[in-house]
Amino acid sequence: MRNYEVTFIVDPTLSSDEIKSAAKKYVDTIKGAGKIVHIDELGLRQLAYPIKRRNTGIYYCVEFEAANGESIPDLELAMTRDDAILRFLSVRLDKHGVKYNEDKRAGKIGKIVKKKKKEEEPQHKRKGKPRGNNNNNKRKSSDNAPAKKADAKPKEEVKA
Amino acid sequence: MATREVIKFLSNPKIGGKRDKYCRFRKFGIKHIDYKDADFLEQFVNEQGKVLPRRITGNSLKYQRRVSSAIKRARHLALMPYVTDLLK
Repeated sequence: MRNYEVTFIVDPTLSSDEIKSAAKKYVDTIKGAGKIVHIDELGLRQLAYPIKRRNTGIYYCVEFEAANGESIPDLELAMTRDDAILRFLSVRLDKHGVKYNEDKRAGKIGKIVKKKKKEEEPQHKRKGKPRGNNNNNKRKSSDNAPAKKADAKPKEEVKA
Repeated sequence: MATREVIKFLSNPKIGGKRDKYCRFRKFGIKHIDYKDADFLEQFVNEQGKVLPRRITGNSLKYQRRVSSAIKRARHLALMPYVTDLLK
């Protein structure tokens, strides 16, 4: 069995019924091919750049299990022909990806907190948790460096 | 007079030197990089949205490859921009 993940963006200008039916259509085709692990509705999001003159999109992410990838070309063909789908991406997940998604669903993976908790971060880091909190390392150490430099310079002059 | 030999030990050689770079994925045991997590991937691009080189991020080759493919996937799904200014 292999794990796959299909993410697609539905046109937000459609009515909510149409959006749901469009998403359901693809979920059903996936169901026919394999077993669905999880359906993640990321909801309405701002696009980083306009696609088909839309600035927002409704994101869906379906993780599923199938014996092989035979069903995916058909699914992708149906999506390219569909005007309601702005974009799609299907990827195969390796074992780490499957575990990551499980952990994410269990709430073990935290989101990044941007630059707020400066004192607390070193403790988090050392736990070696899978994700998050690892992020401001570079900036933090650079904060310390200039202070040391300033201390050091006067000493050198005295001794020389 | 302090000789050259003595001066060598008077100042801490690490001051002002470069910090050790390391691969954060190896260090913290991150095995999978999610292309949907645009906030995380933003750390590996410059303000124009270009992927930062390994000599700056310190990633190991294996994870640099994964980061770059995750960024490319995120761009395709419009989670990250292909080109921009003032991203950060």
